[in-house]
Amino acid sequence: MATLTYRDALNQALREEMQRDPNVFLMGEEVGVYQGAYKVSRGLLEEFGPMRVVDTPIAELGFAGIGVGAAMGGLRPVIEFMTWNFAVLALDQIVNSASKILYESGGQIPIPIVFRGPNGAALQLAAQHSQAWDSWLSHIPGLKVVAPATPADAKGLLKSAIRDNNPVIVLEGEMLYNLKGEVPDGEHVVPIGRADIKRPGQDVTFICHSKTVAVALKAAEQLAGQEGLSAEVLDLRSLRPLDEEAILGSVARTNRAVVIEEGWPHAGIGAQVVDVIQREAFDQLDAPVLRVTQADVPMPYNKQLERLAKPSPERVVAAARRVLYLD
Amino acid sequence: MATATAQTTNTSAQRELERRMLRQMLLIRRFEEKAAEAYALGKIGGFCHLYIGQEAVAVGSLAALRDDDYVISSYREHGQALARGVPANALMAELFGKATGCSKGKGGSMHLFDAGRRFMGGHGIVGGHIPLAAGLGFAIRYQRGDQLCICYFGEAAVNIGAFHETLNMASVYKLPVIFLCENNRYGMGTAFERVAAVTDVVEHACSYDMAAELVNGMDVLAVYEATRRAAERARKGGRPTLLEVRTYRFMGHSMSDPLHGVYRTKEEVEEQRKRDPISQLAGKLKEEGVLDEAGLDALDAEARAEVEDAVRFADQSPDPAPTELTTHVLAD
Repeated sequence: MATLTYRDALNQALREEMQRDPNVFLMGEEVGVYQGAYKVSRGLLEEFGPMRVVDTPIAELGFAGIGVGAAMGGLRPVIEFMTWNFAVLALDQIVNSASKILYESGGQIPIPIVFRGPNGAALQLAAQHSQAWDSWLSHIPGLKVVAPATPADAKGLLKSAIRDNNPVIVLEGEMLYNLKGEVPDGEHVVPIGRADIKRPGQDVTFICHSKTVAVALKAAEQLAGQEGLSAEVLDLRSLRPLDEEAILGSVARTNRAVVIEEGWPHAGIGAQVVDVIQREAFDQLDAPVLRVTQADVPMPYNKQLERLAKPSPERVVAAARRVLYLD
Repeated sequence: MATATAQTTNTSAQRELERRMLRQMLLIRRFEEKAAEAYALGKIGGFCHLYIGQEAVAVGSLAALRDDDYVISSYREHGQALARGVPANALMAELFGKATGCSKGKGGSMHLFDAGRRFMGGHGIVGGHIPLAAGLGFAIRYQRGDQLCICYFGEAAVNIGAFHETLNMASVYKLPVIFLCENNRYGMGTAFERVAAVTDVVEHACSYDMAAELVNGMDVLAVYEATRRAAERARKGGRPTLLEVRTYRFMGHSMSDPLHGVYRTKEEVEEQRKRDPISQLAGKLKEEGVLDEAGLDALDAEARAEVEDAVRFADQSPDPAPTELTTHVLAD
């Protein structure tokens, strides 16, 4: 196994898939000459040339739509958004075109496309640049949504996304790009729709994804240190389809759960997870399921306020203590 | 304002082409009249936008293209689908929401698809399909093909950001796309000049260093010739063209909207009807002795029979099975 950053793992996935399939191309702002706003596409222009690594103007709606049209024409585009905040300008193409053309054409025209880029807050970027779009995007039938937390999952899920015959949303994280981790050598593909236990435990399940996996792992350590209790950390990895079996399997073992996400609480991913648990595991619960989310406010600029707004290990531990009836 | 004029030759091939175009325009006219009837009877639901008055645009432009070129359109696309050769049966069945429809009853009037004929829809958000056309053009260029993509949209779409973003990129990337603006003067009930600072759509091409032409959309031959020139530009140099084709819709915006009233007068519609593209071509062919009254009647009778057949087929076709509700959400 090689130790790679999340950024380089994504880069490897892109490079390997572009080598494997000549119909795969990358398009977006700064992906070519500039080597990527976050250097995820470093070296790809040199290797594959300007027809396959395509710099665009700042026109998210336009180039997202060009991607969908190219997919209609038989290609497998990877569309990079500099951040998902800007992709909101392209929602018409993601929601009205990419997710619906297969259905409204009666199955004639699949749209094999990947939309990817960093999602959620980084550091002190203020309200417009610090948003998690997980639940918005997961709401749409016809899309798949993945949110890898580790370099290995980033590589394996991006490869699956590129090979999938459907539109797949890949939510990355600016704060994750420098994260290092082991990535299996050789062909490494992670199937879409499978959650992963990042830390086994028996007293409470922390259900999380993307950046909140690190938050949950820290919380699990603190809980073990403070109380000698073991939390299971379940990384959803895919938000649509959701691995309901893995969620229910873990809750059946622990009987308690805390759901953690970067997004806002109202109609969030956690609401969906809680619905699955109450519907399918009602009798196995020993406590109400609690949620830890971003505060229900636009992200403030001030460093202290921003810290308060984000999910933290301390807030997860506090929620865990409540579902364990320790407080 | 330079208007493109048709250059006709008296060869038999040209006569055959004109006769075929007249037949296609008649088919569209009769199809749309039947669709209006069926809508009134409740056999067609939802929104239904008719093409009556604009037949020359679809027929003239598609006659100039090849079968392996891509076609993509807005929600007023019955005419382009018919002119492309999508069978009237499959189209009427789609309007009726039947399993035998060209989109299996899942798309309806606004989402007609026939991938085999490279008819790529039927899109319902004003201007939303314009970037898709550039994407199809991108795929052609990527695969080093010599096909092109033609994209139909109304003049109201020109005020949408997607139009401008796409024209810019199509020009920068040298994409083989014909952007054909059907200027029928009204976006629903709003006259273009009330909401557009620049009312000659062709002028927008200057901003994107793109070739452009203003075309009389009531003259099917003018549309044909202009599209041929644009197609040559696309195939030889991979360059896009903006065509502004001036036309007029003889019906309301959709079947739920009035023909005239607060936004245009009855007199204006009547005046425009005198420019009927079908009468114009029929008149020309009669004048040239290519077609007599009996010949014209025979063509019309053929069109009417084809449409009657389509209605019968649609009526007799089954609804999609309930299990179809959840198919085609995701591809395998």
